[in-house]
Amino acid sequence: MATDHILTVTNLTKRFGTFTAVDSVSFAVKRGEIFAFLGPNGAGKSTTIKMVTTLLSPTSGAIILNGHEAAHHKDAVRKSLGIVFQDPSLDDDLTAQENLELHAALYHTPVKERAARIENLMTFVELWDRRNSLVKTFSGGMKRRLEIARGLLHHPHILFLDEPTIGLDPQTRNHLWSYIKKVNRDEGMTVFLTTHYMEEAERVADRIAVIDHGKIIAEGTAGSLKKQTKQTNLEDAFLALTGHAIRDEEATGLDHMRARHQMWRRH
Amino acid sequence: MDFSTIYILWKRQLIKYFRSRSRIVGSLGQPILFLVAFGFGFGGVYQRAGGGSYMEFLAPGIILMSVLFTAVFSGIDLIWDRQFGFLKETMVAPVPRLSIMLGKTLGGATVAVIQGLIVFLLTFLFGFHIASAPLLLVAFFAVVLVAILFTSLGVAIASTLEDMQGFQLIMNFLVMPTVFLSGAFFPLQGLPTLMEYVVKIDPLTYGVDAVRGALIGISSFGMALDFAILIGLSVAMLAIGSYLFEKVQI
Ligand SMILES: Nc1ncnc2c1ncn2[C@@H]1O[C@H](COP(=O)(O)OP(=O)(O)OP(=O)(O)O)[C@@H](O)[C@H]1O
Ligand SMILES: [Mg+2]
Repeated sequence: MATDHILTVTNLTKRFGTFTAVDSVSFAVKRGEIFAFLGPNGAGKSTTIKMVTTLLSPTSGAIILNGHEAAHHKDAVRKSLGIVFQDPSLDDDLTAQENLELHAALYHTPVKERAARIENLMTFVELWDRRNSLVKTFSGGMKRRLEIARGLLHHPHILFLDEPTIGLDPQTRNHLWSYIKKVNRDEGMTVFLTTHYMEEAERVADRIAVIDHGKIIAEGTAGSLKKQTKQTNLEDAFLALTGHAIRDEEATGLDHMRARHQMWRRH
Repeated sequence: MDFSTIYILWKRQLIKYFRSRSRIVGSLGQPILFLVAFGFGFGGVYQRAGGGSYMEFLAPGIILMSVLFTAVFSGIDLIWDRQFGFLKETMVAPVPRLSIMLGKTLGGATVAVIQGLIVFLLTFLFGFHIASAPLLLVAFFAVVLVAILFTSLGVAIASTLEDMQGFQLIMNFLVMPTVFLSGAFFPLQGLPTLMEYVVKIDPLTYGVDAVRGALIGISSFGMALDFAILIGLSVAMLAIGSYLFEKVQI
């Protein structure tokens, strides 16, 4: 079990005050697979990712990533993973290339390889021509592409993508997933993704876990989830599992971020 | 300790500083205003009171005021890094938090020192002369310490704040008093007792005193004491800043 699973999560719990955001969640991700984490707004997807990627300490539970226990070997875990956060995380006042160079330095990417890797990835996400532009002049989709390139730059064993295609046009989404699948196939990189686009999950994910109110309520392939709920498409299966009620959530991080951006633009 | 992280984050601060030319020019408005209004405004009174050239006396104070503002703001900048998400990128990287903090602080302090050098050059336009060129280096060292001290103070403050809501509070109850209650603008002799105590617990007082001692040969406490205090406070503030930064949650 230890060797063919790159990520094993056992009874992971996160409480914020009295509110339990992630409630004793257990799952395992196989090395080399594409694993999708689906759930309504506020289900606890991002919180789980933050804990697994060492950004947030769990209230309780265990995480083993690439053979390292996250609680005690943070750096080993961090070296093994790449992440594209749900919220923006670029430095807008630097150029696209500077953002990647900074990342390469933080991850101690071999100096000799840096330039070539950066050029390759930027060419792939079609930003090489804009490498010297400040990120603040980029559209939302361009920023997203740059973040994805950055997440891949240090050749992680597992890549976390928290709603990576939010706000991207269909062309870019297609392009992106085909590249992610290619890296997954060719280099055996494991992918852990969240998305609200069901057809996207169905198309790219080998396995899917559905989380709601901090608990995993179903797990399996798209096919088995459809079968289990007796539905013909994943969206209906998802709704059957999680119900039709709209989540009366507090604004999520991204909404806060958008509001702030707007506020500061106005000033 | 991770030097490549410290270096790249230091470099980031410098790139951002030199890229914001309008901000550099804008930030020179204040010291120029102070040099004109105070330097020329009080010059006559000061001289008649037997103080000599007020401009000579004032210039080190203005230089350090600029260093302090730039330093505190470069540190507090951390709040933007957090709000706009960039901090996550550094926090999830396999590098010690201490290195992230040091890169940020040393970068901010370097920017503050550069700002101080620009203001120093400006003071010559207003008739400032220095008494001893070799002691310039001593003054420079004092400026570096002040820059480190107040950038780490900025980082420490930013580590405990969620957003810029408390900014006005910090400005009016910390930054401004530190500048105005130091010896930057007035001599320390003959102050009311209470005021004298206040001035003596203001760290900037010792920075101003050291620079004045080095540049124009007037020091109230002696440069050895000034430097001992500045070094002690910078190290302590770096430690406090690192401690608080260590506890930052994303
Ligand atoms: N720092 C925090 N303090 C308090 N509550 C939090 C914090 N972070 C997240 N939560 C709460 O935890 C719950 C799960 O949030 P999380 O961001 O993990 O949801 P999500 O599944 O990623 O949702 P979305 O699809 O909207 O991104 C939400 O109710 C959220 O309000
Ligand atoms: Mg989320």
